[in-house]
Amino acid sequence: MVTDVERRPRTLFEKIWARHRILEREDGQNLLYVDRHLLQDGSAPAFEMLRQRGLAPRAPHRAFGTPDHYVPTNSRTLAAIEDPEKRAMAEALLRDTAGAGILCFRLEDPRQGIVHVVGPEQGLSQPGMLIVCGDSHTATHGAVGALAFGIGATEVSHVLATQALWQAKSKTMRISVDGRLGPGVSAKDVILAIIAKIGTAGATGHVIEYAGPAIDSLSMEGRLTVCNMSIEAGARAGMVAPDDTTFAYLAGRPHAPTGAEWDRALARWRKLPSDPGAAFDREVTLNGGELQPMVTWGTSPEDASPITARVPDPSAVTDVVRRDAVMRALAYMGLTPGTPLTEVRVDRVFIGSCTNGRIEDLRSAGALVSGRKVAAGVEAWVVPGSGVVKAQAEAEGLDRIFTEAGFQWRHAGCSMCLGTNGDLVPPGQRCASTSNRNFVGRQGPGARTHLMSPLMAAAAAVTGRLTDVRTILGGG
Amino acid sequence: MQPFQHLDAVAAPIAQPNVDTDQILPARYLQKPRANDFGQFLFHDVRFRKDASEAPGFVLNREPYRRARIVVAERNFGCGSSREHAVWALYDYGIRAVIAPSFGDIFFSNALKNGLLPIVLPAPVVATMLDRLRAVPGSRVVVDLQAQTVVGPDGKMHGLHIDPFPKHCLLQGLDELDYTLSQAERIEEFERRYESGDA
Repeated sequence: MVTDVERRPRTLFEKIWARHRILEREDGQNLLYVDRHLLQDGSAPAFEMLRQRGLAPRAPHRAFGTPDHYVPTNSRTLAAIEDPEKRAMAEALLRDTAGAGILCFRLEDPRQGIVHVVGPEQGLSQPGMLIVCGDSHTATHGAVGALAFGIGATEVSHVLATQALWQAKSKTMRISVDGRLGPGVSAKDVILAIIAKIGTAGATGHVIEYAGPAIDSLSMEGRLTVCNMSIEAGARAGMVAPDDTTFAYLAGRPHAPTGAEWDRALARWRKLPSDPGAAFDREVTLNGGELQPMVTWGTSPEDASPITARVPDPSAVTDVVRRDAVMRALAYMGLTPGTPLTEVRVDRVFIGSCTNGRIEDLRSAGALVSGRKVAAGVEAWVVPGSGVVKAQAEAEGLDRIFTEAGFQWRHAGCSMCLGTNGDLVPPGQRCASTSNRNFVGRQGPGARTHLMSPLMAAAAAVTGRLTDVRTILGGG
Repeated sequence: MQPFQHLDAVAAPIAQPNVDTDQILPARYLQKPRANDFGQFLFHDVRFRKDASEAPGFVLNREPYRRARIVVAERNFGCGSSREHAVWALYDYGIRAVIAPSFGDIFFSNALKNGLLPIVLPAPVVATMLDRLRAVPGSRVVVDLQAQTVVGPDGKMHGLHIDPFPKHCLLQGLDELDYTLSQAERIEEFERRYESGDA
């Protein structure tokens, strides 16, 4: 019998952990109960494993699916997918969820979208929940005050079969961002600056709680962006304590509690934030007022610098392993040490993904693009994160702003973040991207990715090069 | 899952930090069913040139590393996406253990569930191992999971940490699910209690 009589101050993570603990194994691993299991069109291998064992999903009402990785963004019919293997992945999700009685938004459903955009948007992701998904960007949902993390296919099949998952308890890390963000600096810049500071393995084995005035003042969309890239700092999960911003965001969402249930949930949610004096295994602090708009120049998200910087010089790097990695990254990226980042020209712009495909992202990019044109020779795309985001943007006239500027306005999906649906950056081309990974070949073989915020990507689109958006904002 | 065997094998040095799962298994192969030999896709875009011929510089394209059953790498190996296919690619190629100073969390747990042993050793130990493997190509590394030891190419023995349960599963070729299913009553009991108070 698991008892929890600890009186000491506890963190948000510890409270959620304790509430979901079914049993503890002799080796210290805990079996945790899963509230919400999110599925997307990469789930086929997990369902296949389940079938091979002759098992069926245990709690279909706790699962939810939406196809996102393989869906076309120029059409809303699966029949439009020419590659039979890609089509089979999307069809498998629809078949597997229908067979198990799991709610799934089909492609023609206006609520379809990227699973990490749809979950919070529909109110499926709620404070205090334990949420898993067979995708590493599941930490996104931690922004509502949940414990959310990505798992592999075998674990997906384990959760389908048992609604539970074995986990060793992570260490805790609090990252506090003090002060107030300056003009042109957004949530994406905050998380890129954090990763540049602590490194891509900086939070390995930890669950991060983001805190401090600059995090508190972020919108829900901004917090989702920050938590989304926790995995890029190596963290198992990232989370933000639920507060009035969270509750206002969730109120009235289709799957959020209503009436008396809402009141009960709210009372419970208000007890979730870390207690005063709760101890974290590690503390990291950043001054939000000093943060600049960030861009990546290399092939790891830790290769990020303020836009005012130059391409780094490997010979100035003392650590041998790091120097070698920087040299390899610059060779792949086709960059010369010492070049001002603002002189780097781009061929493509991609605004979208589970990191930055939400309405606030499109509003900020749209405001900058309004009345301007995409630079000659640049191909620029906007891929809304969900059908709901797309409809909202269209109701606000953002689609016209983008298309009149020369952007392509497409349908919801993961698209060019990883290109599994065929939306690829051609070899050797350089893309200003609001996505989350600048790995070698991530946007296609030979593609060169520069990560940045939607505002910075919009600035790159209109100038044709990496640009300090503040020079445009300042100059009107 | 096949039981994990005693390993005495050629180790391939991949002396880079942050070898991500997109490099290990490019995303365009995620659509292939598991029945495929994922070993053919392992490190595809660095292992093969555009015309599908082997890239001569890549370690696994050189003797004696073609026979490698162990990879020794720098920090944060397997960072990035949750794709279990990255583990399948290493396993299908024949790799049974990866030694590094640290691993991506999800890759680490995926590996244990597929018979691939991720071994964390201190960074200086790994650096020495990498130097030795490059100086004497074909050097062997010995992994004894039962005894929880690794013997490097210099003959030095190091302890190997692994939790008892995954060790048991690896040695016996068992997966976790059977054990969890045997605990079904505990899950049901928890679920009843949880849902009654779960507004």
